[in-house]
Amino acid sequence: MALRSLATRKTLTLGLNSTRLTQSRALQTFSLPDLPYDYGALEPAISGEIMQLHHQKHHQTYITNYNKALEQLHEAIQKGDFSTVAKLQSAIKFNGGGHINHSIFWQNIAPIREEGGEPPKGSLGWAIDTNFGSLESLIQKINAEGAALQGSGWVWLGLDKELKKLVIETTANQDPLVTKGAHLVPLLGIDVWEHAYYLQYKNVRPDYLKNIWKVINWKYANGVYEKESA
Amino acid sequence: MKRKKKKKNPRKPTRRMAAATSMVTSSSFTFPFQGLRLPILSYPCMKPERRIMRKDASNVITATYELKPPPYPLNALEPHMSRETLEYHWGKHHRTYVENLNKQIVGTDLEGPSLEDIIIVTYNRGDILPAFNSAAQAWNHDFFWESTRPGGGGKPSGDLLDLIKRDFGSFERFTEEFQSAAATQFGSGYAWLAYKANRLGVENAVNPWSSDNDKKLVIVKSPNAVNPLVWDYFPLLTIDVWEHAYYLDFQNRRAEYISMFMEKLVSWEAVNARLEKAKAEAAEREMEEERRKKEEEEWKPTDGDDDDEGLEMYVDSDDDSEAE
Repeated sequence: MALRSLATRKTLTLGLNSTRLTQSRALQTFSLPDLPYDYGALEPAISGEIMQLHHQKHHQTYITNYNKALEQLHEAIQKGDFSTVAKLQSAIKFNGGGHINHSIFWQNIAPIREEGGEPPKGSLGWAIDTNFGSLESLIQKINAEGAALQGSGWVWLGLDKELKKLVIETTANQDPLVTKGAHLVPLLGIDVWEHAYYLQYKNVRPDYLKNIWKVINWKYANGVYEKESA
Repeated sequence: MKRKKKKKNPRKPTRRMAAATSMVTSSSFTFPFQGLRLPILSYPCMKPERRIMRKDASNVITATYELKPPPYPLNALEPHMSRETLEYHWGKHHRTYVENLNKQIVGTDLEGPSLEDIIIVTYNRGDILPAFNSAAQAWNHDFFWESTRPGGGGKPSGDLLDLIKRDFGSFERFTEEFQSAAATQFGSGYAWLAYKANRLGVENAVNPWSSDNDKKLVIVKSPNAVNPLVWDYFPLLTIDVWEHAYYLDFQNRRAEYISMFMEKLVSWEAVNARLEKAKAEAAEREMEEERRKKEEEEWKPTDGDDDDEGLEMYVDSDDDSEAE
C-alpha cells in the first residue's frame, strides 16, 4: 500500500515575458505521511501508545519545523541575508533529517500478518550472508551498535553503492545516513532515540532492539537493495 | 567519606618551578585550558566524594564511586516530577553511569584523580575517551538532583538576582533565554547557567581592561554528556533534557517540562551557594595568577636545567612509600 506523497508543491508564478530575472524558487511544504498500518498493529513489539506519539507528535513536529525553516531559508535567500542562511543550517539538517529518517522508518516495520519479521529472501538475504555470515550475526552487530550509541541517534543497515557492500553505521541525532558517506543508501534504520522505546522498555534499550526484529519489514529493505544494486 | 590522595613526591619539582623553567610542559595530565592556572580544577561546590578507597591484596589503592541519592525522597517532587521518573532516572540511568564508571576506571590511571579531573582528562579537548560519558553523566546527575528541591521555583534574590539582572537584563529575560536553550538543544543534552571567570588564555596577552565584567553569568547548552567543566566554567544550574528526564511525565512535550522545572523545581538556594563558591574560587585563582606572575618576573631561569619532568601530579613510582 503506497504511502501518500510526501510533498505538495506550491510554485510561485513566473512572469512569462519578463526580461528581468525573477527570483522564483518553488517552496515545498511537506506533510505527514500516513502509516500503512494501525498504531496498535505492531504490538507487542512496539506499543500502540508509542507508535501514535512517535508518528503524530515527534514526526509531525519535525515536519512542521522543517517547513518553517525552509520558509525562513527561502526568505533569507531572497533578501541575500547570508547570516540567517547560515544560522538555519542546523535546523534544516535536524528537522529535515528527522522527516527523512522517520519516513524510512515507518516502511522498515510492518505488522506480523503483513510479513513483518519474516527473514529476508531474495538478493538481500544472500548479501547479508555474504557480508555478515548470517542474519543472526547481522542482528547481533546492529544491536551492539545500537545499544552502544550514546545519546540520541539511529543505527542503519546501508548499501555502499560504490563499494557494492552492506555496511552497518550509526548516526547521531537526526543526521541522515548520507552524512556518513555520500554513496550510502539506507536499507533499514532503527530509531534509538529514547522516545522510540521509553514508555515501553524504559532504560532497557537492548530489550527494544531484541524485540523490534519481530516486526522488521525485510520486503521493503530488499526492494531498495535490488533497485539500488541494479 | 574522605578521599585519600597519594602524596606528591617532594623530590619532584613543584608545578610552579616547572612552569618557570618551561611554559609548556607535557604530561598525561596537563589540562589544556588551564595552562597558566592551578593544575587541578576543584569544582567549587564539591561535596565530599562518595568514593571508597581501599587497598587490595597487592597494596594497590582502588577507588569505587557510590551512587548518591537525591537530597529528597523519590516522591518529593510530585506532582511535577513523578516518583516513577525518579525511580528510573536516578535508580536506573544514574546508577548505571556510576557502575559503568567504576568498571571503566578500575586498574587504570583514572582511579586516582577526582571526578572533575577525570571528566576533563577524558574529554580530551573534544576527542572523547571511553570513560568520559560515564564520568560526566555521573557528575551531571548529582548536579541535576541538587539543582532541584521540593517546593522550588520562584525567584532568586541578593547577589545572584543582581548578577542575573546585570547579565541578562532582567530575570524574565534570563528565564526566556534559559528555557529557549533547553528547548533548542537538539537531541540529548543539558542547558546550563554558569559563571564564567576565565580570561583570555593567550600567551603574553593581558586583558587591558581586566575587570569584574570578565566574570559573568552565561547560559550554555551542551550535547549528550558534555558539561561546562570542560570549558573551565563554574556550573551553577542545569536542566537535563535527555528524553528519559521527562518522557514518562511529559512525553514529547519538552517545553512544558522545562517551564515546570523553572516554576516548581529550581533550587535557587543551591544556585546561590554555588555562585558564592565560584566567586571565591575565581578570586583565589586570580590571586594565584598574580603571585605566579610575580615569581616568574623575579626568578631567572638558567639554561641547562634539566628539570623538565614537568607536571607529574600523580606519582607512579614504586618507591613512593609515602603513598597512603
